[in-house]
Parts: sequence; C-alpha cells; structure tokens
Amino acid sequence: MMLRASLLALCAALPAAADEIWVSNEKDDTISVIDVETLEVVRTIDVGERPRGITFSKDYSVLYVCASDDDSVQVIDPETGRVLHDLPSGEDPEQFVLAPDDRHLYIANEDDAITTVVDTESRTVVAQIDVGIEPEGMAISPDGKVAITTSETTNMAHWIDTESQKLFANTLVDSRPRHAEFVKEGSEMWVSSEIGGTITVFDAATQAEKSKIDFEVQGVHPDRVQPVGFEFTAGDTHAFVALGPSNHVAVVNAETYEVEDYILVGRRVWHMDFNRDRSLLFTTNGVSGDVTVIDVAKREAIKTIKVGRFPWGAAFRPTN
Amino acid sequence: MTGALTALFAIIAREALRFVHQRERFVAALVRPLVWLLVFAAGFRAALGLSITPPYQTYITYETYIVPGLLGMILLFNGMQSSLSLVYDREMGSMKVLLTAPLPRWWLLFAKLLGSTAISILQAYVFLAVAAVFGIRLLAVGYVAMLPALVLAGLMLGALGLALSSFIKQLENFAGVMNFVIFPMFFLSSALYPLWKMAESSRLLHDICAFNPFTHAVELIRFAAYGDFNGMALLWTLLALAVFGALAVWGYDPARGMTRAR
Repeated sequence: MMLRASLLALCAALPAAADEIWVSNEKDDTISVIDVETLEVVRTIDVGERPRGITFSKDYSVLYVCASDDDSVQVIDPETGRVLHDLPSGEDPEQFVLAPDDRHLYIANEDDAITTVVDTESRTVVAQIDVGIEPEGMAISPDGKVAITTSETTNMAHWIDTESQKLFANTLVDSRPRHAEFVKEGSEMWVSSEIGGTITVFDAATQAEKSKIDFEVQGVHPDRVQPVGFEFTAGDTHAFVALGPSNHVAVVNAETYEVEDYILVGRRVWHMDFNRDRSLLFTTNGVSGDVTVIDVAKREAIKTIKVGRFPWGAAFRPTN
Repeated sequence: MTGALTALFAIIAREALRFVHQRERFVAALVRPLVWLLVFAAGFRAALGLSITPPYQTYITYETYIVPGLLGMILLFNGMQSSLSLVYDREMGSMKVLLTAPLPRWWLLFAKLLGSTAISILQAYVFLAVAAVFGIRLLAVGYVAMLPALVLAGLMLGALGLALSSFIKQLENFAGVMNFVIFPMFFLSSALYPLWKMAESSRLLHDICAFNPFTHAVELIRFAAYGDFNGMALLWTLLALAVFGALAVWGYDPARGMTRAR
C-alpha cells in the first residue's frame, strides 16, 4: 500500500507526458512519434516493410500497422515500440479499419481484390470477401453492422454485411476511390475519389448518392487536385480533406457540402489525424517528407515537422 | 538646444507637408508594391509553397513571402524620393536657407532623415492594411515587432538616399539613380526570391545578394514580422547605416564634400 502510494506520488510529480501522433513512413520502414505539445519528433520506431495503414486498439494498448511489403499486419506495443506479433492479413495490406468490437480488423488487400477479416485475439482469418480490383479504402459503421471497401480500379464502394460477411450492395463512385468514412452517427458514408477529384456522399440507409463535392484550388491544375484522406471535426460539422499533389487541405462544411477554405500544407498530402480535443490537425505530406500542423479553429497551418521519407498515415495516441 | 529641436520639427513638418500635398506620390507609393503583390505574385502563386527556411515554420504562399520585400521596396523608393527633393531644393535655392541654419550640418541631415523615415513607415503600414484586406495577414505580434526593424531599415535606406543626393548635381540625373541603384538593389536581394534559390542558379548572384544591404534590411523586417530576430541582418543594416550616414555628412560638408564646388 505504501509502495503504491509513493508510486502514485512519484507519477504525479513527474511532468505528464504529452499526447502523441504516430506517423507511418512508407519508404523508411519506420514510425515517427510526434509530441503534440512541443510539435517535435520524440521517437522513431523501426517496423516492417512499407508501413501504411496505422491504427490503435480502442484502449490504445496496441498499435496495428499494415506492413504492406511484408504481407502482414504488425501488432506493436506503443510503450516499448517492440513488435509483439504479426497478424495474418492476406497479400499487400494497405488500409484497414478496426471494428467497434475492438477485435476484428477489416483489411483491404490491394493485389488480391479481396477484403480480409482478421480476429486479432485468435490471430486467424475469419473471412475473405471478394471485392473489386485494387481495394483500398476501408470503413465500418459505428454499430459495426456494415463495412465498406472501395476498389481503386473498379471505381466502386462495396457494402459488406458484417454478420454474413457478404456484399449486399455496390455503388459506383468517381475514378480511383481512396478513402471511406461513416459520419453523423453512421447515417452518411463519404468516399473520396482521387482521380475523379470528388467526394461522394451516400445515405447509409438506402446507399443512394446524396451529394457530390468538387474541389478547385486557385492556381492549381484540376488534375492535381486529388482528394485522398479526410477526417471530421468535433460534432462532424466540417471535414478536412487532403488534396494530394495540390498540396492543400480543403475544409468542407458537412451540412451544406460546400468547400469553405483551402489550407496550404506540404507536398502530396495524404492522410491526417487530430489531437485529443480536435483543435489541431496533423497531415502527412508524402513527397516533402513532413507533417503539417493545422490550427483547426483558425484554419491555418502553424508548423511543419520533418519526419521520415514518404509519411503515409497518422494516428493519435493519448498518454494519460 | 531649443533651436535644434525647432529645426528638427520644422524639417519633419516640411517633409510631412510635402507628402500631404503630393497625393499622387502617396498613391504611387502604395500602388507600386500592391501591383507586385496582387499581379506579379499572383502569377507565381506557388501552389507548391516555398521550401521552409527560417523564420517560417511551415509552407507559405509566394504572396506571403514577398510582403517584407515589398515593405523594403516602399522604404527604398521613399528614401530615394526624399533625396530627390534635396536635389530639387538645391536647384531651386531653398537648400541654402536650410544649410545656413546655425546648427551642425549632421543634425540637419538627421532631421531630414527622420522625417523621410516617418513618412516611409506610414506608407508601410498603410500597405500592410491594404494587404490584410486582400487576405495576406501576419501574426498580430509581427505588426508591432516590425516597427523597430522598419525604422532601422528606413533610416539606412534614407541615409543612402542622402549620400547619393550629395553627389547628384541635377534633377535629370535622378533617372540614372533609378537604373543604377534602386533596381539592382531591389532585384539583387532576397526581396523576391529566397537566397537559396539564387544560389541554385549562380553562386556569384547569391554572394552579391548576400552582400547587398537591402537584403539584410528585408531579412530584418521578415524575421521581425514573425516575432523573430536576425542578429546578422541587424549588424549589416547598422553597418550600412553608419557608412551611408558618414558618406552623407561628408558629402554635405561645405569644406570637403561635393557641395564645395558650388
């Protein structure tokens, strides 16, 4: 008891470690850990080949990383940075999503045109679902009943019933869909199309197209405006959309579907994540090899931090 | 002492009066940098963003980059224009009245310098306000931190103008000053392109730019605009101010300078 009390006192006396943003560096086979207070890289962790998709378990006790060229999903202890074990993932896993049950990973296997469902506890493949060619974007509804895979070449969003692990709908989107996300408590599903240069908004209940969002960055050729990753502010009021080689992030009003702002960031902006209260956004800029920090309220880039080569994904980790 | 202060205020008041009466000059002083900002920079509107060099923390558009350079341009043009007025004064004969004042020559020149710098800074802030209307804004702290940098840069460029005016005998020669002083100073500096960009095309060009006192005046303003401080730029600007100031005092010295011949 005494020991516990003194340990607690010691913990209280130590400065609380700040929250972190973990960034996967596709070409360096590393993860850069950014301190959200000092906005500096505090740790670099070696992982498998070509890390791309990156996400934490719900309690942040483990990190899942798609090691695409190792054909596995690695499970990493965030405290030590050590790889605990690999999960079977099918070939070339690029993106994945963790189901709300905190147990099942839905993984897009880019080269095999399948979506693999992996049980992270038993470490086994539960199901493999045939989808379109080059699946990439993955999303799951908040109730865990519907999973989405987007296929880059077939240009479709595939709707998967997670109970039967079967497709129940396929909806066409614009060219090369990259990322999907359920929003507004699962009532809407958004898909970004990289080549098409649009985001398609679906009514999740009917799978009907509700709206389409176009982007236009002043002074940038339309071909270079390529929406990829996107994330929503608190309350799902606005979406921040990475526009790839246009080097801008768009701010979209999620009610009116109008673009309200464009923010200059690094080169080929790809994915992003917020800090705890969603006041700061961290975007991964692949070609320039850095992460830009955006003040969400002011809609301004405040700092750009050098990370490894070709940062791809970002994931927030609270430390207390 | 009161006489010295009277002279100081009189010279500054004359400078201000001249400025107020020349509305075209004010408009021209404002339009010139605005054309650069809204037309020239728009053409270069770097969708790519410039690579990050201090004092910048993240990628910036070209418009944001050239603002300190254009502030420098305002100070440079105003410094020259003010010296042009001295040449005019000399031709018209009103300079005799000024120079026969029973005060040290350097004090009269300093008063003149102070007056022209005050006008320059007024123009600089009006330009910043107009730029802000067009959406090109700085940090709030930058607008305040910039003031001492603008004062120093203004004094340095004004002193250059004074030094030059002591060597120019006729109004017509001022066109030569434009060609051989203002343009090279402006273009061979970090006002329009960062120095590393210059180094990419030519090492010599980079060295010339790095030597140019105007570059250091611009960098001093640039760092101040971000609440930052550039010691090297401060040193160079102070050194240039001392050299140009000494040249001006020498040039206007009736015993030794260029005015002797008249």
